Amino acid sequence: MSAIATEGGSLTGTVSRARSGLIRQAIIERKAAALGLGIIVFFVVLAVAAPLIAPYSTTARTCAVFAPPSGSHWLGCDDGGIDMLSEIISGGRISLIIGFAATLIAMLIGGGVGILSGYFGRWLDTTLMRITDYLLVIPDLAFAMVIADVWGPSLSHVIGVIAILEWATTARIIRAQVMSVKERVYIKRARSIGASHLRIIGRHILPQVGPLLMANTVLTIAVAIYLETALAFLGLEDPTTTTWGTILEHAFDRAAVSAGAWWAIVPDGIVITLLIMGCFLLGQAIEDALNPRLRVAHLSSRRWALRPLAGRGPGAI
Amino acid sequence: MRGADYVIRRIGFALLTIFIAITINFFLFRVLPGNIVSDLARVPHATPQLRHALTVEFGLDRPKWEQYLIYLRELVHGNMGISFASQQPVSQLLFNDLKNTIPMVAIGTLGAIVVGIGTGILSAWRRSSASDHVSTNLAIAFYAFPTQFLGLMLLILLGGLLPTSGMENPYAGVFGPQSTVARFQDIGLHLILPALTLLLTLYGEFTLIMRSSMLETLGEDYVLTARAKGLSDRRIIARHVVRNALLPIATLVALSIGWIVGGAILVEYIFSWPGIGQALWLAINQRDYPMLQGGFLILAVSVVVLNLLADLAYFKLDPRISE
Repeated sequence: MSAIATEGGSLTGTVSRARSGLIRQAIIERKAAALGLGIIVFFVVLAVAAPLIAPYSTTARTCAVFAPPSGSHWLGCDDGGIDMLSEIISGGRISLIIGFAATLIAMLIGGGVGILSGYFGRWLDTTLMRITDYLLVIPDLAFAMVIADVWGPSLSHVIGVIAILEWATTARIIRAQVMSVKERVYIKRARSIGASHLRIIGRHILPQVGPLLMANTVLTIAVAIYLETALAFLGLEDPTTTTWGTILEHAFDRAAVSAGAWWAIVPDGIVITLLIMGCFLLGQAIEDALNPRLRVAHLSSRRWALRPLAGRGPGAI
Repeated sequence: MRGADYVIRRIGFALLTIFIAITINFFLFRVLPGNIVSDLARVPHATPQLRHALTVEFGLDRPKWEQYLIYLRELVHGNMGISFASQQPVSQLLFNDLKNTIPMVAIGTLGAIVVGIGTGILSAWRRSSASDHVSTNLAIAFYAFPTQFLGLMLLILLGGLLPTSGMENPYAGVFGPQSTVARFQDIGLHLILPALTLLLTLYGEFTLIMRSSMLETLGEDYVLTARAKGLSDRRIIARHVVRNALLPIATLVALSIGWIVGGAILVEYIFSWPGIGQALWLAINQRDYPMLQGGFLILAVSVVVLNLLADLAYFKLDPRISE
């Protein structure tokens, strides 16, 4: 019996190896994926090394109010005479922490709900899916505004709000995958030799949904950062922190537009856009590699994954 | 029969979602710090007697479930309470806001759909050409731009040419009465920037989906047949491809509605458009809980209803989905 179990184990091992190999292959073969990964890595390094790289303090005045870009201040200064470049580098740190932490929680909830729902089915599935349906339908920014206001502005609250809102699509996608995986022969075989639910989920199902979860993680980071900047822009974030979102908020609030200080707005908007595009390109490439047949996924992620992975030939997206 | 079944199921689901939204809405705001009494009794020398009188007057001494039932009953009668800030009925205020929001959002969204479908068709038709690459990359970029950034960019670029704030010129009526035509012209000018921002935020996704849906449809056998019959390219695209390729757009519209509302909130905030998103933001800043509660409920209900309509429209387009 142990021989069979090992055989089963090694089989899953091969499959999951083949799958992660697929992701690697996607990154190597697709320029877009490599570009996306490159952008994400760049911003992560920037965030980690922020205190070393940032040329000036983000709390002390180092130049004139709305000073334009110059040799000593590459991206100019904001309304408080604070160096924009330093602000963007340090702001990226908090933005990434929010984006990554919220995504991590969302993936834990979404993956967990998806697996439980897909694996056990019945009333558990019905209940959990009603909750996800609700979250999918509700306008997320409005909901986030209300909850952020109820909880009060703080870093952990913003992370919590985003996590609560963004797990539902992942749960949906994982559930569908689990439902198809659990019908496969090797799972039935594992069950017939008396493997516990925990073991089947841990050893046989999780490795199968892992790569899909990864693609979703990357896509959710983009959504989380987008939502972070939106909430911050509406003033629902801790006013004492600097994030990419609050930089835009300050610029808007303190009339950077009428002062003609485009440098307080444009570079920040560009870094947000770049990171979101990086996540989008990478996540999309992983998804494509995993499921070439995924055309129009009706229930996939609202903003990022609802796209036919389409077309034929190299010219297609 | 199956079709009727599907329609009934969708309607039932929409009603259930609205009910859940109402319930969450009620309890969410009961865990907020402070209530109307602590707010109204914040006058100097408020006696405990006054507090108590207010508590009884607003029914806050009753158990939560009873308050919930009262809330439900009043809601059914269209009563959403009184705004703390302006002391006017919430439902009336929100109705006015909704009246301002709808034209702006409708123009922005319809524009995005038209532009997205148009560029998507051209892109797929001239696939792999330079214009295809430009249009596709542009679409991806606009797709990734945060709405607020786009709005600020338009403010910088076009702020000198077009009105940037509000819905009407506040001084228009000061020097004598304003004609209806002039008023609509004024509103139209004010509408350009917010609607354009919304259009640009939304259109990229439509382009990408339309393009890939077109490419997929172009590979179908019946397109080959049409080609073999000797039909012109233009005719094949217009008659055989576009109509079938439009189907995913219907799904996308349905799934984007929540997203469109989010974009509209940001746009209204940036351009001070006196709509429901702006009202929500003001309510948060003024701690005006009844307005906040009502505004969120209206948004949630409209999204659910629009989703239902989109679902039914999709069913009309493609009855296969009920199976």
